[in-house]
Amino acid sequence: MTTAVLRGPAPAPARFRHLLIAEWIKLWSLRSTYWVLSTGALTVIGINANSAQSNADRLSRMPEQPPAPPPGATEDPLMAFDALHTAFLDPAWQIFMVVACSVGAIAVFGEYTSGLIRTTLTAVPDRRAVVLAKAAVVTGVMTVLGAVVATATLLVTQFLLRDHGGVSLAYSDALRAVAGSALLAPLCALVGMAIGAVVRHAAGAIVGAILTLLLLPVLFQGETYRWVAEIGNAMPLSAWETLAGNHWGEGKYSVTVTEAWAVYAAWAACAVLVAVEAVRRSEV
Amino acid sequence: MEHVIEVSELTKRYGDTTAVRDLSFTVRPGHVTGFLGPNGAGKTTTLRLLLGLNTPTSGTATIGGRDFGAARRGLHHVGALLDAQDVHGGRTARAHLRALAASNGIERRRVGEVLDEVGLGDVAGRRIGGFSLGMKQRLGIAAALLGDPSVLVFDEPLNGLDPEGVQWLRALLRRLAAEGRTVFVSSHQMSEMELCAEQLIVIGRGELIAAESLGAFAARGGSQGVRVRAREPERLVSALLAEGAEVVPGEQSLSVTGVDAERIGELALREGVALGELTPLAASLEQAFMELTADSVDYLTGEPR
Repeated sequence: MTTAVLRGPAPAPARFRHLLIAEWIKLWSLRSTYWVLSTGALTVIGINANSAQSNADRLSRMPEQPPAPPPGATEDPLMAFDALHTAFLDPAWQIFMVVACSVGAIAVFGEYTSGLIRTTLTAVPDRRAVVLAKAAVVTGVMTVLGAVVATATLLVTQFLLRDHGGVSLAYSDALRAVAGSALLAPLCALVGMAIGAVVRHAAGAIVGAILTLLLLPVLFQGETYRWVAEIGNAMPLSAWETLAGNHWGEGKYSVTVTEAWAVYAAWAACAVLVAVEAVRRSEV
Repeated sequence: MEHVIEVSELTKRYGDTTAVRDLSFTVRPGHVTGFLGPNGAGKTTTLRLLLGLNTPTSGTATIGGRDFGAARRGLHHVGALLDAQDVHGGRTARAHLRALAASNGIERRRVGEVLDEVGLGDVAGRRIGGFSLGMKQRLGIAAALLGDPSVLVFDEPLNGLDPEGVQWLRALLRRLAAEGRTVFVSSHQMSEMELCAEQLIVIGRGELIAAESLGAFAARGGSQGVRVRAREPERLVSALLAEGAEVVPGEQSLSVTGVDAERIGELALREGVALGELTPLAASLEQAFMELTADSVDYLTGEPR
């Protein structure tokens, strides 16, 4: 019989830093983390690179000068090729949103579905601190992932389109698009945490994530009613489209860049609030 | 009293079901206290309320006079094993404990110590998903020991342990109590508690049935009479009946209540009956437990819940 039990450690003061380390260990001690993050990142970069490559091929086969518009008509701006847009294709980044959202959701519902939450909250009864630490770690990791994916996507696509108007990071629109896309990852992950904390069920949380991030914006489209359009504008997807320079022409109720950043901030803050409150109120 | 568990008029309702009703008891340091009750008696609910995982409908459950759920960190004060399955199967035992230790500012070295203490040192790098229930119980106990807590709360820790593990855990529980800690261990089997608990809290249907020492509880079972085997029982039976005893004939022996073994021996000698066996039956804790919990079920039947 050892005497390890007899000489335990002296109590350490409660530090938030300790909770950050604990959440960091939890995140990286699951193999699924590596899988989800790497496949998510490669999928987005892959889709955009593939699109850039086929655009480059197509543009190379086209005549040097586009045919002149018929007399009397002005050149249609939508027909002009935008190399930057190739890096920020909607479908690719929507997949990224779902991946990021899932990472956040899994971080929370994984504790509930496994029952680990009881062990966690017995070790740290301060539920608010637990959720905030988890949110901080998830935000940090997803910001890095988002930055890597957005930068890589931009560099790869613009390299492939170097002969067809490819831009560099020095271009201010490109920088904004990269920043907006990078921060989309932590934003969606926080939304996922909130959904995971409320739903606490694997399939339910993922469905909830897709509904909230992708289907909800579709319901609030069109410009017939201002309030409908404004709700649609308040969605993370619309905000991202503005930041990525991805909207089709100027609409009546379009989102400004400042508004887009405000939408990001508001969603992130609300998501953290919802996650904290949901976990605090839960009976586990 | 820093380490005392105090449950006072605790009630917990889930919708129409009352899991715990007006429950009050105290658990003191220095000995192992068994928390007994049949399945569904409300033991786990009580422990979850005690640890702040659930909120009581009314009443209080405190550890050291404070609501544990309001504490900032738990491991240095209370080590708990509620359900061995409350782990993520994808992590290794070491990673699981390292995360828990880190959350309470406990150094990494301690993880190795507790893993060795519970006998999981060799499988520390294996994923928990592949562990047997007994191994998970040991892991849960290791987690409870991480912070060297003064209070230990275990819910059915003997489930799934092999005989060696059961012996080990009983010794560990006694040792922890002897060190002056409060050790509160639930079980639905009296026989599990018989060998290590000194105090018992017994509940049934969410209500308190008994809170007393093991000895006092055993006495509740009452005398179980004397088993008598005789070659010619007929003469002995009439003598016993004349003495006012109750005799229940069995296949091989008689079960006699109302007179003690000594008197039965005298009667047998007087009647000239040779005895094959004369065994006073001690009240068994198991029986006392069964009788008491059966009673609690009986008088509640038909009562609106």
